[in-house]
Amino acid sequence: MIRYLARKTLLYILTFIAAVSVDWAIPRVMPGDPIQGLMARFSVPSNAQQVQGLMSFFTEAFGFDKPLWRQYLGFWQSLIDGDLGPSIAYPGSAVTSLLLHAAPYTLALVVPATILSYVVGNRLGALAARRKVLDNTFIPAAYIFTATPYMFLAIMLVYILAFRINTGLPVSGAYAFSVQPSWTWEFATSFSAHWLLPFLSLFLVQLGGWAIGMRNMIIFELEADYANYLQALGAPTKLVRKYAYRNAVLPQMSGLALALGVVVGGQIVTEVVFGYPGLGQLIFTAINNRDFFLLQGAFLFIIVGVLIANFVVDLLYVVVDPRTRVGIQGS
Amino acid sequence: MSATPVLDTAKIDAAIDAGPQKYEGLRFALRNKKLVIGMGIVLAFLLVAIVGPWLTEATPYQFGFPTAEAPNTTRWLGTTDTGQDVFSQFVYGLRATFIVGSIAALVGAGIGMTIGFMAGYRGGVVDELLMMFTNIILVIPVFAVLLIVAAYLPPSNRGYVSEALLIGAFSWPWVARATRAQTFSLATREFVSLARLSGARSWQIIVREIAPNMSSYLVLVLIVLFGGSILFAATLDFLGLGAPNEVSLGQMLFNAQNQAAITRGFWWWFIPPGLAVTILVGALYVANVGLDEVFNPKLRET
Repeated sequence: MIRYLARKTLLYILTFIAAVSVDWAIPRVMPGDPIQGLMARFSVPSNAQQVQGLMSFFTEAFGFDKPLWRQYLGFWQSLIDGDLGPSIAYPGSAVTSLLLHAAPYTLALVVPATILSYVVGNRLGALAARRKVLDNTFIPAAYIFTATPYMFLAIMLVYILAFRINTGLPVSGAYAFSVQPSWTWEFATSFSAHWLLPFLSLFLVQLGGWAIGMRNMIIFELEADYANYLQALGAPTKLVRKYAYRNAVLPQMSGLALALGVVVGGQIVTEVVFGYPGLGQLIFTAINNRDFFLLQGAFLFIIVGVLIANFVVDLLYVVVDPRTRVGIQGS
Repeated sequence: MSATPVLDTAKIDAAIDAGPQKYEGLRFALRNKKLVIGMGIVLAFLLVAIVGPWLTEATPYQFGFPTAEAPNTTRWLGTTDTGQDVFSQFVYGLRATFIVGSIAALVGAGIGMTIGFMAGYRGGVVDELLMMFTNIILVIPVFAVLLIVAAYLPPSNRGYVSEALLIGAFSWPWVARATRAQTFSLATREFVSLARLSGARSWQIIVREIAPNMSSYLVLVLIVLFGGSILFAATLDFLGLGAPNEVSLGQMLFNAQNQAAITRGFWWWFIPPGLAVTILVGALYVANVGLDEVFNPKLRET
């Protein structure tokens, strides 16, 4: 078990280093001068001196005046200091504080949506594998959900549940203008009402994939030798199913780690459609304003989030797969 | 698991008399409902993407039509709030979707299979290093990388091809892992040893002996990559990271969202592109399942 976790931890550390290096390298290898790009955003200063001052500020912020290896080390240094640079889209704000303010909103959406869709999807998929009715109704629907682009489902939810049928559900922002974020009942109700539709949107798209995967895995496992053997011994069907489920859940769990990378994109566009003030909305603003520091910072936030989530999945894997505990390498 | 069917010798004789088994695969394919329906939908969309642009005289971003018009006999999918023809945007966008999806799938499959074959066939240190690399790329969320790369790419360098290359360049890790696993099991078979004994080079063995034996699997990989790339491209376009002067289905959704088409009730603007992506990708997934059943008799429903 220690060996398994040590291997994984090493992988994550290497991944983090690689991600930070990519984050550092991309502005430097892309065609075009990022400073010129930034200067174009600031068309305000008219006299040459101001332009010069701004240019030297950006040159310093990127560290372009130093040799490459110093730039790279400097990037790590400021990262460790928690300094991700100034924001351009939100003048006067530091990227780190912007991201820290937005992160709770994103987590409040993505964590419950992902976990619930995984749990419910697996259950429904396992059920569909043995109930023909569910297999013929729910599974086709699951195919549609999993093929839907996140933003389209979000758009349709807004269109149907807010425009066509006036349900009164809010479709923009995370809370009403009249309330301020605080630990009050009023804020909690407003927040929940605003949370419902974006959550539902993220939940439904992910649900389909889990259900389909689980259904196929169960059918596959029931064809396996051990299942046939158990059946031949006269074991109750319920027991055979239980063993099939325990085996089928393993690849689903590895899939969860993979899916996280895709959920990132879904999360961003869902927030954009609902105007939800999380990281996705911030990233969207950053793209439209070519706010590179904010984008680079958001990238690191996402990487760290995904790595932590991956590690949690690995820990859970140890719980569900006994092989990892006794030292036999799990799949 | 059901009772053993009684051997119907007459049927077997008839099957033998029916002639060569050359088209057997095709017969199973045509008998599979999922594959036929799925591929039928995909081909129908492809047809629209090919001939669609000839059915309209309007170009995607041409102005001057009545604004915010609902679908009618002259403007089949209506117009946008600035008087652009939605049908024209839709058919050109569909074309872009096919182009981006297929290039990205080919690139992703190419990289993934190369790495998978190398790691699986060579084994040892090569395998360790390649898999370490693959696992690192696998954990980094593709979308986050695409986001900053696409954002830093100057708009003048953005186009269908660069978008497709980007998507392909980051979507291969799972292909590499799966190909490696399959290569691993094939590499120890007798026919591979025989080829090695007869002095064939490694790449010859991979191309002539190993790849053909997993060709069915490689087709499935291409389909899944194609569908996934379409979704990726639509998502990138929706964030305004697509080709700035070209039209795509994701870009249509982006414009509709930006112009508040949803709350203004211009459904003809965002439903066709969104629904098209959904149905196309859904059909690909269903065809994929069908194809899996054709290739793998164990999965066939009886």
